[in-house]
Amino acid sequence: MDASVITTTDLRKVYRSRDREVTALDGVDLGVREGEVYGVVGRSGAGKSTLIRCVNLLERPTSGTVEVAGRDLTALAGRSDRAPAALRAARAGIGMVFQHFNLLSSRTVQDNVELPLEILGVSGRARARKAGELLDLVGLSDKARAYPAQLSGGQKQRVGIARALAGDPKVLLSDEATSALDPETTRSVLRLLRDLNRQLGLTVLLITHEMDVVKQVCDSAALMKGGRVVESGTVAELLATPGSELAGELFPVGGQASGPDRTVVDLTFHGDSATRPVISQLARTYNVDISILGAAMETYDGRQIGRMRIELPGRFEDNVVPIGYLREQGLDVAVVPDAPEAVPVTGPVSVTDPVAAPVPAPAPVSTVKETAK
Amino acid sequence: MTWSEMHPLLTQAGGETLRMVAWSAVISVAAGLPIGVLLVLTDRGGLLRCLPVNRILGVIVNVGRSLPFVILMIALMSFTRMIVGTTIGWQAAVVPLAVGAIPFFARLVETAVREVDHGLVEAVQAMGGSTSTVVRKVLLPESLASLIAGVTTTVIALIGYSAMAGVVGGGGLGDLALRYGYQRFETGFMWVIVAVLAVAVTLVQLAGDFAARAVARRGRSGAAPRLRLLRPAATS
Repeated sequence: MDASVITTTDLRKVYRSRDREVTALDGVDLGVREGEVYGVVGRSGAGKSTLIRCVNLLERPTSGTVEVAGRDLTALAGRSDRAPAALRAARAGIGMVFQHFNLLSSRTVQDNVELPLEILGVSGRARARKAGELLDLVGLSDKARAYPAQLSGGQKQRVGIARALAGDPKVLLSDEATSALDPETTRSVLRLLRDLNRQLGLTVLLITHEMDVVKQVCDSAALMKGGRVVESGTVAELLATPGSELAGELFPVGGQASGPDRTVVDLTFHGDSATRPVISQLARTYNVDISILGAAMETYDGRQIGRMRIELPGRFEDNVVPIGYLREQGLDVAVVPDAPEAVPVTGPVSVTDPVAAPVPAPAPVSTVKETAK
Repeated sequence: MTWSEMHPLLTQAGGETLRMVAWSAVISVAAGLPIGVLLVLTDRGGLLRCLPVNRILGVIVNVGRSLPFVILMIALMSFTRMIVGTTIGWQAAVVPLAVGAIPFFARLVETAVREVDHGLVEAVQAMGGSTSTVVRKVLLPESLASLIAGVTTTVIALIGYSAMAGVVGGGGLGDLALRYGYQRFETGFMWVIVAVLAVAVTLVQLAGDFAARAVARRGRSGAAPRLRLLRPAATS
């Protein structure tokens, strides 16, 4: 396994106000490997923004540690509220881009990109040269003399990215960088991030609430809920994990739950099973009628990965043999239990089939975590 | 009174007012700027959060602002004598003027600096910038237009105060208006002085507006700026 370049260990952040406490991070362990694009997704309030801000200690974690490129930033930060010089030096090696760009309106594009270099004490000549190169890299050399107010959102974010790269960081943090942009601009900014990741070997940790972002650029992803990471892994792993909530959201398949007269099964194809006609073989071999309720096929990292939800007639007990056949074929099979109200512990499906995770119903955290690993 | 009689008096008194206002403006900007920035930095959520300092500064500023200027002038007489050596003349008037305007300008600076988007501060922190970097590269440049508007308002307030300073021996146009217009019933001359003051205030406002707009307009293509006289300076 490659070395982690960002590691958080049991990270907790509790906000205290006079009469109540809000736990934004509840023991987050994250490992981002060198050279990957890692996406953290979750609804607003899940703690993902707090998490990324804890990585460069813009937000002080209540407990736990953050290591970036082998340095324990939480130890550098010390006890005081202010950032000591050692922490500031470490931050200079971590680029960050923001949802609202955060460019200084009083400075030109060129001067905005030069700002981190000014902080690093780089001389004027070298600053101008470096800023020129970076603007070239993000395709905005012609806007060097413009002010941020004269740029479009996508251009502003490109300037933000150029600025974040000025200190030659190993790590780039992206806090909802595309959330204020339209879909087309989002795609081009993501493409840029992907290119930088490949060309410069830059490790990118991004947070987003858009599944499309994960689909387009991420090698790995984590799902956050209520301040915890409930699923994490490489996207390929997640897709191959039966019952993975992230996979379900990335490649949603429609269809309703099982009932007394039908069994609904989620199949995940990957590797060569994706190209074999498994479903028609099943229909011929066992002479069953199969309805396809929903399906999604994607090529991910050069591998075909598919998810499909099918319906078999009859109850689960009647379909044990065909389902066993599907497993033999190398597919991941998860039986979708009866409609959510029938799910409880005694439900026939979840007892008889240990692999099945209740997909449509919100699963207890521990169950999902187990299946995701 | 004829113009030839008025002219030397006006020149003399106008010069005194100019010097009074200029010196006290320089001093109150020099002192009010750091106080205003400190008020923001030491407040809750600020970079140098220190509530005791913030509260004490706040009380001092509030007391300074709530004292009527005439009272302040008299209360500060011994302090003025200590610094300038006298309590008479425009030099002596600079002391209470500056002391009165420092808290006034400090509050305007505080308001201006508070308006700076916190995201910009975070961006510079994330680059590894120190607090002084944040102040020099973000807070002051980004609030420059509002700060210029604040200086304009302060200078205009000082012109008003300086007329009051004249009453207790500070000299300047206020003194002239009082002695000739009020005590000698030269109503015409008094109106001339009022007109001179009005022109001075207008010119300061125009210059301040122009500078503030020039700064705020950076990079914003759009409608050409229109100048309006005596627009409330606080809005940028």
